[in-house]
Amino acid sequence: MEVKVWRGDATGRFESFEVPRQPSQTVLDVVTHIQRHLDPTLSYRFACRVGMCGSCAMTVNGTPRWTCRTHVDKVAAAGRLEIAPLANLPVVKDLVADMREFFDKWARAKGQLTPTRTRADEFAVVDPGSPARREADAGIECIGCGVCYAACDVVKWNRDYLGPAALNRAWTLVNDARDGGQSARLHAVAGDAGCHSCHTMMSCTEHCPKHLSPTRAIAGLKRATWSLPPEKEKS
Amino acid sequence: MSVARNHPAWWAFMVHRVTGIALALFLPAHFWLLASALEGEAALENKLRWTEQPLVIAGEWLLVIALAAHLAGGLRVLALEFLPWRDWQKTLAALAAGFALAAGLAFALAR
Amino acid sequence: MSARFQARLWVAQRVTAMILAFCVVVHLATIILAVRGGLTAAEILARTQGSMAWGAFYATFVVAVAIHGGIGLRTIGIEWLGMGRAAGWVAALVSASLVVLGLRAVVAVVA
Repeated sequence: MEVKVWRGDATGRFESFEVPRQPSQTVLDVVTHIQRHLDPTLSYRFACRVGMCGSCAMTVNGTPRWTCRTHVDKVAAAGRLEIAPLANLPVVKDLVADMREFFDKWARAKGQLTPTRTRADEFAVVDPGSPARREADAGIECIGCGVCYAACDVVKWNRDYLGPAALNRAWTLVNDARDGGQSARLHAVAGDAGCHSCHTMMSCTEHCPKHLSPTRAIAGLKRATWSLPPEKEKS
Repeated sequence: MSVARNHPAWWAFMVHRVTGIALALFLPAHFWLLASALEGEAALENKLRWTEQPLVIAGEWLLVIALAAHLAGGLRVLALEFLPWRDWQKTLAALAAGFALAAGLAFALAR
Repeated sequence: MSARFQARLWVAQRVTAMILAFCVVVHLATIILAVRGGLTAAEILARTQGSMAWGAFYATFVVAVAIHGGIGLRTIGIEWLGMGRAAGWVAALVSASLVVLGLRAVVAVVA
C-alpha cells in the first residue's frame, strides 16, 4: 500500500512509502512501521496505543482522527492513505503539531476551577443527578486531544477563537457548583474570540472521538452570556 | 479546504452564509426598484415589466429559494442555541432544506 | 470593542432574527400570493398605498434586516476577508445605507 506522509514543517511536503498491509492494521501501526523499518527520522507522537490518551491524533485522508483507533481498512478503501499533522496548529516536524496555543486558549477561557473551599472545610456536596451536574458531566470526559480544534473551521478563519475544547471545558465549570470564578469566566468566553463566533457547524461534535458535543456546551455558554454585566475592575 | 466536511450541519451553515451574502447583495437593488414608485405608478410598472425576462425570472426564483433557505437555516440555529438540546439536530438541517425547496416550488407554480 | 459589546451584537442578531422569521414568513406568503397571474405596480400599490399596517410592517422589516445583515456581513468581513476591526465600520456603513434605501422604498409604496 502506498502511504503519503507529511515531512518537515509548514514548508515541507508529502513523502511516499510502500508499507505492507496487515489484518486489523491501524494507521498508528503504519506510522510505527515506517519509523522502525523504513525511515528512523520520522517524528510522531503516541503514548497509550489503545484510545485513551489522544496523543496520536493526526490528519488521516483529510480528517482529524486518533490513529491508534483508525483501522486502515476503514479509511484506505481506495488504496490511498495520506497522513499529516493535526490542522490549525503550527507544525513542529513531520506528524508532530505544536499544541501550545490549544492549551493557552484553554487557560484563556478560564478552563480551570476557581476553588471556594480549603482543606480545612467540609467536602463540597454535589448531587450527581442535578441538572447542572448532568450538564457538566456531558462534557467532562474531554482529554484535550485537539481533534475538535483541528476540525473547526472557525478556528481556521479566526486566529483568536478559543475553540471547541476550551469552551466545552469552560461550560463544565460554569455548571460546577464548587466554582467561584463564574463572572470572570463568562467574560472570558464571550465575544468574537469566544462562544459568539461559533456557527454551529458541528464539525467538533462530528469528529470528537469521545462523542462529546462542544456545540451543545457552546450553546449553553451563549445563553449564559445573554446579559453580561460590565467586567468588574480588577483590584 | 482540507478536512472532510461532508456532514449536514456544515452544509446547513454554508448554505446559510452563502444565501445571506446573496440576499445582502440583492437588497439594495430591490429597494432601488421599489423606490421608483416615488415617481408614480407608471415608473414602477415600467421596471416591473423589465423584470419579466427569463433570466430575471430565474434569478427571482433562486432568490425566493435563497430567502426560504436562509430562514430555515436561521430557525435551525435558533433551535440549537435556545431550545433544550436534543441529539437529533441533524434532522433540523434536513427539515430546513425541505422547507426551502417547498417554498421554491410554490413560487415557481405561482409565477 | 469589548467582549461584552461583541456579545451584545450577537444578541441583536438573534433578536432581529426572531423578528425577521415572522417578517419573512409573511413576505414569502405575500410574494407567492401576489405573483399569481402576473405582478403589476397597480396590484402592489393597491395593497400598500395609504396602509399604516403595511407601512409599519415594512419599516420594521427594513430596520431589522439592516441590523441583522450588517452584523452578519461584519462576521464575514472578519472571517473570510481578513478585515479585522475595519469590518465593523464597513458593516455599520452598509447597515445605515440599507436603512436609508429601505425606508425610502417603504415611503415610495405606502405614501
